[in-house]
Amino acid sequence: MGRTLAEKVWDAHVVRQAEGEPDLLYIDLHLVHEVTSPQAFEALRLAGRPVRRTDLTVATEDHNVPTTDTLAPIADPVSAAQVEALRKNCAEFGVRLYPMNDPGQGIVHVVGPQLGLSQPGMTIVCGDSHTSTHGAFGALAFGIGTSQVEHVLATQTLPQRRPKTMAVTVEGDLPAGVTAKDLILAIIARIGTGGGAGHVIEYRGAAVRGLSMEGRMTVCNMSIEAGARAGMIAPDETTFAYLAGRERVATGADWDAAVAFWRTLSSDPDAVFDREVVIDATTLTPYVTWGTNPGQAAPLGSPVPTPEDYADPAARASAQRALTYMGLTAGTPLSEVAVDTVFIGSCTNGRLSDLRAAADVLRGRQVAEGVRVLIVPGSMRIKAEAEAEGLDEVFEAAGAQWRSAGCSMCLGMNPDTLAPGERSASTSNRNFEGRQGQGGRTHLVSPQVAAATAVTGRLTAPADL
Amino acid sequence: MEAFTTHTGRAVPLRRSDVDTDQIIPSDWLKRIERTGFGAGLFSEWRTDENFVLNNPAYAGASILIAGVDFGTGSSREHAVWALQDYGFRAVISARFADIFRGNALGNGLLPVQLPAQIVESLQTAVEGDPAVEITVDLVAREVRGAGITASFELDDFTRWRLLEGLDDVGLTLRHEEHITAFERTRPAWLPTAG
Repeated sequence: MGRTLAEKVWDAHVVRQAEGEPDLLYIDLHLVHEVTSPQAFEALRLAGRPVRRTDLTVATEDHNVPTTDTLAPIADPVSAAQVEALRKNCAEFGVRLYPMNDPGQGIVHVVGPQLGLSQPGMTIVCGDSHTSTHGAFGALAFGIGTSQVEHVLATQTLPQRRPKTMAVTVEGDLPAGVTAKDLILAIIARIGTGGGAGHVIEYRGAAVRGLSMEGRMTVCNMSIEAGARAGMIAPDETTFAYLAGRERVATGADWDAAVAFWRTLSSDPDAVFDREVVIDATTLTPYVTWGTNPGQAAPLGSPVPTPEDYADPAARASAQRALTYMGLTAGTPLSEVAVDTVFIGSCTNGRLSDLRAAADVLRGRQVAEGVRVLIVPGSMRIKAEAEAEGLDEVFEAAGAQWRSAGCSMCLGMNPDTLAPGERSASTSNRNFEGRQGQGGRTHLVSPQVAAATAVTGRLTAPADL
Repeated sequence: MEAFTTHTGRAVPLRRSDVDTDQIIPSDWLKRIERTGFGAGLFSEWRTDENFVLNNPAYAGASILIAGVDFGTGSSREHAVWALQDYGFRAVISARFADIFRGNALGNGLLPVQLPAQIVESLQTAVEGDPAVEITVDLVAREVRGAGITASFELDDFTRWRLLEGLDDVGLTLRHEEHITAFERTRPAWLPTAG
């Protein structure tokens, strides 16, 4: 019987297999950031263990870093101490670090791909659930906890149970104005926040093949929001073209050998998935979340749903609670919901193409009165590239704030937060209660919808400007 | 890791589904670089509501959490497990756990017990009716008992043994270091390095 892409990558990394035990998997790349690593390094120190493969370990500062006045010391002493701990740990254990203000610094899931570190067929882990992003390259990439971070630092392996596989096939082409973000929000709305639990999702079909690498990263990034262990897309010419010439990618005969191997990385025609879901791309429209989990999403052209319409009592109670938290009334058109803040950035939508899409909407337009707009590039390199194209001038002319790189308002560990009761349109990945600041209300959207919303002050698609 | 064999204690019913780890421990708490002291942050936003179940004195000292489906979704933060343990919980019962949370819990000796939704509901109803009722989570027998309910749960033999013995994964893996070294010799030269 044929094997799926996930099974091929899994099988190629099994260090040890024993009856009844989890497989011991080799890890090709371990990405590290300041929030989930200090306790892991401390445990190594206590046990007198070194980092086994410093050459396969890369660290960056992203969650806590301010996006303004980055040359000044971090004002929050607790954040500053955490960043300082990462610097000391990386120096002590010999781990390559991209610190604040370094041209290589950025969000960990932006840094890996831009360096060419994230490649097809690899196993990639990070103490961060959005590690699923790197699956866009056909890597098996998943988030881990701090004890597992310690385990990988010490052994470069992880004991893991083989996951189930799930195919999400997106047939047809996405209509004009419908983005990778709308697609993944529609998928999560369809299968639910636990729909992918225990599974690795492989995204397939014409609409997926048609996405750029950046769009594929947006889709794979939010696999965790459907509960999946990981998301993957088989590598193809789009993948190879993205990788060619990047800093950490092989050249010459090694490149040829790599590409030859990468071409074997697709699910066999007779491979069997444990679960299959088919989505019709042609019917999709811009999506927006209305509730407090990413599965609570609907087309922007629809009204806020009515909880009583849900047959499942748990879903009904969850919707009711979400509407109360979000301060929304069932039946209100989503396009009438007014926001205070627009956030464009994050590991989901903080890449150059996202910024270009937002700039295309904002060019020659003005941000609505009273709306705060933060535009935060995913990395310092993206910041420089955007500035070279003059995107910063477009944003600032429109009245938006152009910031420095980091996770920023996606989770508000730095000073970029929502005040209680404030409402945002955000290109990030989680609309959980308080995610962007205590009492804050988040609507997840694409960069295009975020930019159009900035112009009108209410949830808006560019087509309606 | 703290070993887990059998635990008997009172339980708190948390009638919410999709309890994400941002709710279990908000991100402000993630700035700390220690492993301890997270109990005060457990459900800290929800605890500002006096009607939240953890604020009910009848459930003070409870050590088992009985939650709605899809517990521990979202962020990979292990701090969620540390917070539950620091607060005093030894086990969480739910109809389904998010994968990363479940792995983190098992790595720390906090037992995630998956039971069918109707049994979870019955247990919640029972402890709502009588907060003093004691529930036993028996890993040896892989069984939950209490309030007139007996339900078996699944956990693979290897993970169960590791929990019963309180064994640390790193130590177990390093017993197989020769396998790791042998594997490393087979890795292709074109794979990327940190540089």
